[in-house]
Amino acid sequence: MSNGINFAFLDEYAKREIRRSVIKAICIPGYQVPYSSREMPMGRGFGTGGLQLTLALIGVTDTVKVIDQGSDDSVNAVNLRKFIEMTCPGIATTTRLQEATLIQSRHRIPEQALRADQILVLQVPYPDALVIVEPSEDKRKVMHGEADYSRLLVKLYEDIVKFDEITISHRYPTRINDHYIIDPSPIPRYDVPKLHNSKALILFGAGREKKIYAVPPHCPAEPLAFDDVPFRIEDFTDSRGERRACKLCGSQESFLDEFIDEQGERVYQCSDSDYCEQQQELAHG
Amino acid sequence: MDKILEVKGLSQVYGPGCDLCFTSTGPEFETNICPHCGSIVALHDLNFDLYKGEILGIMGESGSGKSTAVKCLYFDQIPYSGSALFFDETEQKRLFELNPAQRRSLRNHRFGMVYQNANLGLNFDISAGGNIAERLLMSQVMNYREIRERARELLARTEVLTERMDELPKNFSGGMQQRVQIAKALATRPPLLFLDEVTTGLDLSVQAKILDLILEIQSELNTAMIVVTHDLGVIRLLAGRTLVMKYGRVIERGLTDQILEDPQHAYTQQLVASAL
Repeated sequence: MSNGINFAFLDEYAKREIRRSVIKAICIPGYQVPYSSREMPMGRGFGTGGLQLTLALIGVTDTVKVIDQGSDDSVNAVNLRKFIEMTCPGIATTTRLQEATLIQSRHRIPEQALRADQILVLQVPYPDALVIVEPSEDKRKVMHGEADYSRLLVKLYEDIVKFDEITISHRYPTRINDHYIIDPSPIPRYDVPKLHNSKALILFGAGREKKIYAVPPHCPAEPLAFDDVPFRIEDFTDSRGERRACKLCGSQESFLDEFIDEQGERVYQCSDSDYCEQQQELAHG
Repeated sequence: MDKILEVKGLSQVYGPGCDLCFTSTGPEFETNICPHCGSIVALHDLNFDLYKGEILGIMGESGSGKSTAVKCLYFDQIPYSGSALFFDETEQKRLFELNPAQRRSLRNHRFGMVYQNANLGLNFDISAGGNIAERLLMSQVMNYREIRERARELLARTEVLTERMDELPKNFSGGMQQRVQIAKALATRPPLLFLDEVTTGLDLSVQAKILDLILEIQSELNTAMIVVTHDLGVIRLLAGRTLVMKYGRVIERGLTDQILEDPQHAYTQQLVASAL
C-alpha cells in the first residue's frame, strides 16, 4: 500500500495467528482461545477484539456492516466503519444486513436472520461467564475444562430466591454444544436464542482480555435455566396486555429501545435501525 | 461387613523430602522435622480399613497428622506416597490414581466433609440454602423446586430454622454454621463422611447436640465416618474404633473402649490420664 500500511492494518503474521485461533475456536465450540491481541490505534474496550477479527477475515470482495447497539450511525459504529474503509481499500460497506458478508456488532445480533454465507463478529468486554463467581483465571480454566458450572447455577438459584426470577439482563450465560458455557457478550436476552443453530458463523473477540471464541453454524446454544424455571426473553407487553410497537415502523416483533421524548412521554423504537428502515420502506412501498 | 475404604502406607511430607526423612522422625525421635533436609513428615505409613456405617476416630495432639490424613483422602492435598482404595457401589476406585475430574466427582457425590472452620466448607457469600443447592446442582439436580425442597428438608433435619435458609451463613452462630455444613455434606447422601474437629470451639451444649446429630445420621443413613479430633469425649461418644497418632505415626489402635480403659502406649496413657 502506498501509505505504508498493510491491507487491513494488521500485518500478515498477526492475521494468520488470529485465523488460526478462529479455526481452533470453531473446532471447540465455546472454548475461549487465547491470542496475542495486538495494539490497535484505539483504546482497548472500544471494540479492538471484534475489529481484529474483522480485519483478519476481510478480503477485497467483502461487504462490511458495523453495528453499535443495533444502530449503524452511533459513534462506535461510524468510527470503526471509517477505520475499516480507510485501511481496507477496495472493500464495500453497507448498512443493509442482506448485502453484508461480514457484520461486526456490539451488544446486538441483527433482528433478521443471518444467512450461511455471512459471518457475525461480536465485540466482547468480558469473555468469561465464570468471572462473577471465580476471580482466578487458573481456577476458571479448570472449571471450564471439567464443565463445573454449579457455582454459576447457584447464582441463578439465589436470584430466584431473592427476586422470583433470573435477573440477568444481558451477558446471559449460555451453554454451547452441551459443554462450555460462554458469556455471549452484552447482547440482551432477546438475542440469546438466535445463537442456537444459527446458520451464520458467530465469532466473539475480546481485545482487552485476549480471547476468541465461536458459536459455529448449526451448533446448539442453550441459555442456563432450571427445568421448572425456564429461560425467558424480555417482555414488551404494555399494561393493556398488548405487545408494544415501534414508534417509527410499527413493528411488533422487534427488540425495542425505550426513550423519553420531548413531551416527556415514554416512546419505543426498534433497536435495530436497519431493520426499522426496511420495515418503513416496505410500508411505504 | 462390607469394606468401604482401605488405606495403605499413606504418607505426607511438606518440603523437599530425602531418603532419611522417615527413618529419622517419629515418636521415638520426638519430632516430625527431618534433621537432614528440614522437611516436615506430617504423616507416615498410615494403614486402616473402614467398613460401611462405621465411625473411626483419629485422635492426637495438634500437628500429629490427623487432619492431614483426611485432607489427603478428601483430595484437599496430594499425598507424598501411599494408596487408598474406595469401594463404591459397584466398582473399586484407587483414590490417588484418579484424574482431577474423577476426583471432583467423588468429592461431590460420594464424599462429604465437615471442617472445623465453617468458612472452609461453606461459601459465606451465598445463602445457607444456596450452599446446599450448590452440591445438589453439582450432581445434576436441575429442578428449582426440588432443590428448594431438598435444601429445606436437610436444614430441618440438622435443626437449622428453615425460615433462615435464605440468610447468609456469616450471620449464623458457630453451632448453626456447623449444622449448615453438615446439611451441605449430607446433601448427596454420601456413603463416606469426613469430620475434622467439628465440635472444637463450640460451647458444650451445642457440642452435645451436634454429636447427637452425627450419631442419628449414622444410624439413619448408615454413613461411614472418619472423625478427627483431639477431644477424648468426642472419641468416646462417637467412635467404635480409634487410632492414636503422634508425630505423624499411629502409635496405638484398637476398640475405643479398650484404648480409653487400658491404654498401652505411654503417650496414650498420658492423654487419657490428663483428660479424666
